[in-house]
Amino acid sequence: MFSLQGITKGVHTWLYSNMSSTTALVVECAIVMLLSIGLFAILGLVLVLMERKVAAHMQIRLGPNRVGPWGLLQTTADTLKLVMKEGLTPDGADKILFNLAPFVIMIVAMLILAPIAFASGFQIWDLNIGVLFVTAVSSISVIAILMAGWASNNKYSMLGAMRSGAQIVSYELSAGLSIISIVVLTGSLQISEIIESQRNGWWLFKGHIPAVISFVIFLIAVTAETNRAPFDMAEAESELTAGFHTEYSGMKFALFFLAEYINIFIVCAIGATLFLGGWMPLHIGNWEGFNHIMDYIPSSIWFFGKTFFLIFLIMWFRWTFPRLRIDQLLNLEWKYLLPISMFNLLLMAVVAIMGWHF
Amino acid sequence: MYTTTEILEQKIQVAPTGELQDTGDLVINIGPQHPATHGVLHLVITLDGETVKKIEPHLGYIHRSIEKMCESLSYRQFIYSTSRMDYLSAHINNHACAMCVEKGLQIEVPRRAMVIRVLMDELTRIASHELWWGAMAMDLGAFTPFFHAFREREKITDIMEESCGARLTMNYIVPGGVMNDIHPDFQQKIKEFITQFKSKIYEYDEMVTGNIIFQNRTKGVGRISKEDAISYGCSGPVARASGVRSDIRKLYPYEVYNEVEFDEILETAGDSFARYMVRVREMHQSISIIEQLIDNIPEGDFQAKTKAVLKLPKGEFYTRVETARGELGVYIISEGGTTPYRIKFRSPGFSNLSALEHMAKGGKLGDLMATMGTLDLVIPDIDR
Repeated sequence: MFSLQGITKGVHTWLYSNMSSTTALVVECAIVMLLSIGLFAILGLVLVLMERKVAAHMQIRLGPNRVGPWGLLQTTADTLKLVMKEGLTPDGADKILFNLAPFVIMIVAMLILAPIAFASGFQIWDLNIGVLFVTAVSSISVIAILMAGWASNNKYSMLGAMRSGAQIVSYELSAGLSIISIVVLTGSLQISEIIESQRNGWWLFKGHIPAVISFVIFLIAVTAETNRAPFDMAEAESELTAGFHTEYSGMKFALFFLAEYINIFIVCAIGATLFLGGWMPLHIGNWEGFNHIMDYIPSSIWFFGKTFFLIFLIMWFRWTFPRLRIDQLLNLEWKYLLPISMFNLLLMAVVAIMGWHF
Repeated sequence: MYTTTEILEQKIQVAPTGELQDTGDLVINIGPQHPATHGVLHLVITLDGETVKKIEPHLGYIHRSIEKMCESLSYRQFIYSTSRMDYLSAHINNHACAMCVEKGLQIEVPRRAMVIRVLMDELTRIASHELWWGAMAMDLGAFTPFFHAFREREKITDIMEESCGARLTMNYIVPGGVMNDIHPDFQQKIKEFITQFKSKIYEYDEMVTGNIIFQNRTKGVGRISKEDAISYGCSGPVARASGVRSDIRKLYPYEVYNEVEFDEILETAGDSFARYMVRVREMHQSISIIEQLIDNIPEGDFQAKTKAVLKLPKGEFYTRVETARGELGVYIISEGGTTPYRIKFRSPGFSNLSALEHMAKGGKLGDLMATMGTLDLVIPDIDR
């Protein structure tokens, strides 16, 4: 199978053979930084356009179609507008926290990008506790939201932030437990090993019913964690106008907006990695011919295809469901999802010990 | 409905030392510019965490003193300003005013005009309920239904545009009949609309009515008992959801409503879901009324012969109709001149809004939005 490992290894050895090791490290960091910022910009543009197009087609409209062919430049134009707007800081706001919050949320989103494998051999940092790192770092984002809500000195913002705090902290449990159920199967927290373990089939298919249950719970939990409808309590525009980012304008608002989409991408990428095999092509047992044909499709296409499929699912939720109420939201987590995922983890442990998975 | 000073007195207490003390309640202004109030309604709500402790509606942001203006307009002219009250049932407002003038002058309206008026009324009712349906779903966080509702509503506004010349403020009904005859395509277009409506209505149930989240959000929320609904003066779907028989079309039939068959929709739960179901089922009843009348529009005049200048005899005249939101009463006192001496409108939205605090108190902030959505408030109707 075609792997990008050759290229990445080649660049690495070339840099280290031509420069001192310190310079080479700095240059490598710069390359990684440029790539990830570029990915951020492209993802922001693509996902916002995708959301608007998906929404439009669900709502019997056409969506943006004036700026550029098929509305492709619409998000670029929107971004330009936001860049040119004044970034207001309200009078009564806590200026430091207020201006820091959008950056914290972006930094968190960037950090989680590190262990994600975009293609075969194309990963920023393959650390041995990859999954743990993702869950640990992603929980910092709630601090940024609380900061934004508290520092805005606005009652709507504060209500939104409080809701968001309760929500993200609760749903992290279910998301974490459903991630652990896959870790139980693979026996490793390392992203590359989790992907490698799905060479002969994805965990969603191999892991029996517990894997399907944890996949569904994972989808629900990450939708809630990213504050997306039907769990968009933090923004709840018909109740709290815009929730925690009511007071933000211009580029500071854009950073929150972008972070939301990056977070969707990241959670979907994690979901694709854990349950749908990451960049691993669709392999069925020992069907040599079929597996061989599947290998011809580049691994990055597999990864992005799966991720965007999950993103589409999450967008589909948003444009078809009404919003839950805050107490129903917490009931759903503490009374249903958490007990189910705990029991499911137990079931998964039994499956793993008995070797019932394929 | 409090004054600003009263609010300040409630929120801030004067300490013995003479300093102002905050009572510590979280007071939030919902509106006058807010996505959920659908207009310039201003609610001052007191929150305890997420629980609503007190709701005070503030009016006056869109007060245009229509009642006072009407006193200086002639009996033909004042009807037009009533289109701007409840703009979603503009047609039915005009109808009530025209009926009141006709009552005073004892004008015999031609049967053709009566049938056209009823057809237009029911179309307006469907259009209004469609818009409410979309907006209500939007209040609960679902955006897509709004566009689906507008797909059908668009057909109705097209029909209105052809016959009346306007899409929103129709001004089609005049004392003595209707302004001009219906468009030749009128019947054809309405039949097309009915076919489309019937083939698409299942989507409404799939998207919203049957949705488990929607049912959880509305069932048992914003409950009002039959007795309370009567004492608050609720009317229309809000009253009928609590089991109060209040359909003016049934109780005091006007025009040809006593000749058509339709049901008065009654629910007993009195919660948001009951109000929702009343409106959705009312749309079906309106369709049934239209189906009964559409092929039976009699030939004849569309307007009775009236004098150029109308003068109501000295006295008091009152008529009422069932708008999409409830009972609209028009009360005219005439001194015998060409303009009314005094006009008073009894608008349904005002009474329904007054029950909001009773319904939503003690619920969550999200419940307030669900309740407000099912009250179907049109602010210019409350605040004339």
